[in-house]
Amino acid sequence: MNQASPRHRPRLPLTWLGLMPFVIFVLLFLVLPTMHIVIGAFQTRDGAFTLQNIIDLNTGTIPSSYWISVKVSFASAALGCLIGFGMAAAVVFGAVPGWIKSPLMTFSGVASNFAGVPLAFAFLATFGPVGLVTLFLRQNFGIILQRDLGFNILSFWGLTITYLFFQIPLMILIIAPALEGLRREWREAAEVLGATTLQYWRMVALPILFPALLGTFALLFANAFGAVATAIALTGSSLNIVPIQLYAQIRGDVLGNPHLGYAMAFGMIVVTAIANIIYIWLRIRAERWLK
Amino acid sequence: MSIWARITGWVVLIFGLLYFFVPLSGLFEFSLKARRGVYSLDAYARVLADPQFQATFTYSVVMALATIAIGILIVVPTAFWVRLKMPWARPYVEFLTLLPLVIPAIVIVFGYIRLYNTSSWLPLTGSIAGTNLLLAFGYTVLALPYMYRAVDTGLRTIDVATLTEAAQSLGAGWTTILSRVILPNVVPAVLSGAFLTFAIVIGEFTLAALLDRPAFGPYLQRIGANKAYEPFALSVIAFAITWGCLALIQLVSRFSKLAPART
Repeated sequence: MNQASPRHRPRLPLTWLGLMPFVIFVLLFLVLPTMHIVIGAFQTRDGAFTLQNIIDLNTGTIPSSYWISVKVSFASAALGCLIGFGMAAAVVFGAVPGWIKSPLMTFSGVASNFAGVPLAFAFLATFGPVGLVTLFLRQNFGIILQRDLGFNILSFWGLTITYLFFQIPLMILIIAPALEGLRREWREAAEVLGATTLQYWRMVALPILFPALLGTFALLFANAFGAVATAIALTGSSLNIVPIQLYAQIRGDVLGNPHLGYAMAFGMIVVTAIANIIYIWLRIRAERWLK
Repeated sequence: MSIWARITGWVVLIFGLLYFFVPLSGLFEFSLKARRGVYSLDAYARVLADPQFQATFTYSVVMALATIAIGILIVVPTAFWVRLKMPWARPYVEFLTLLPLVIPAIVIVFGYIRLYNTSSWLPLTGSIAGTNLLLAFGYTVLALPYMYRAVDTGLRTIDVATLTEAAQSLGAGWTTILSRVILPNVVPAVLSGAFLTFAIVIGEFTLAALLDRPAFGPYLQRIGANKAYEPFALSVIAFAITWGCLALIQLVSRFSKLAPART
């Protein structure tokens, strides 16, 4: 337990007492509630151990809700990475004037924190049936979003483009420092050896950036997977994703089995935990190169 | 930098900026359309006059302030203690503070409901005061990653050990050291954590809705289901508050950068 060298060892080690308020708080309001859910996922109503709840996740609408959740998270993370990378690259590599960088980073810091009910209303007011863009397209081009393009804000793509509002800024925030870490010498060395720009990117820059890119993708994925408020305000209960189903389960036990609700929540933790472990692991790898 | 790279850069940047500003202007424009044919502030007037808005908004503001107070009380002493006495524990404490980013809020509140119900050993959800307290603790957990990082970064810029020893040699106890030596030195960091906490709590939906407390987030969602223009006006207000808070963070951090040698 005590890692300090022997001559410093006090008679009564009481320093740990200073951490007690924090530890008790975290135990009571973070660790124990989560453990309660995790343990409940493996219990019957009588408290005996069982795997039945986990197996039962494969019944009814639950698998499809996980699948839609994964698809929305995947699509919004992938598009967020792509667009965010493009914007960060445009700023970092000087394709656009340098003064844009500071306001863009500030703005990204703000927008990446902005999920929730108001965000849903912003997109309803823009792409909804009488939204700004919907009306603009109808009046000027005669395009009706829902009929001609099959687009509906209360759908898979509607939710995805809404999530992008906080995914793109998060990507910019995380990837811009990584892009700045690409050293000029590497590019010059590649050019001296006769590499084209494409070859430089394919054989030098992208392999170096790859852990950072994939790690950020995992983080964005987890970020979208846990989002509740935006989805509920935007689609009500019309889109069957995991957070919405869990929300309904907590409010009224719609699954008819409280322990199945625990199992669903446990499944959410597993997905976000895997994504975060991938993020942390790849981040450590990425930092070997990018100092 | 070739001309094509420049053009691509501009195209991507403009596309991204449109992506951010079109929904915001869409929201603002829609909130002004309550009166047919002309722009007006009718929706805002109706919202501001709504006693429910006043009640829920006040509730959320009070909650946010309570959360900030609890957060400071828990985070500042802990971060201070870890830096001073237990540097080896820092990775573990940091890991715990980052957990709320991994565990979705809906799962945490699910645990609260089951763990602190009326038949448990700590029946917090049994009374209104208890539920309010639980909600404030829950918000503190949500804000923990941001608060801890802000305060810890703030502590890095001052010499904690020397300040503590100096205060101790003048006869100060731990409470005095924390409240009159350490805290004043990390005010900018604490403030930026506090503003972020405020922004998170004001619009928060999941915890308040599932604990059945009359907060602003659930109110916004509820009137969104049965009013035409008011929810959009409310969203503009929520946006303005959040962005105001985050602008204040920028201001505070810039201000503290201008005066770094005050210690």
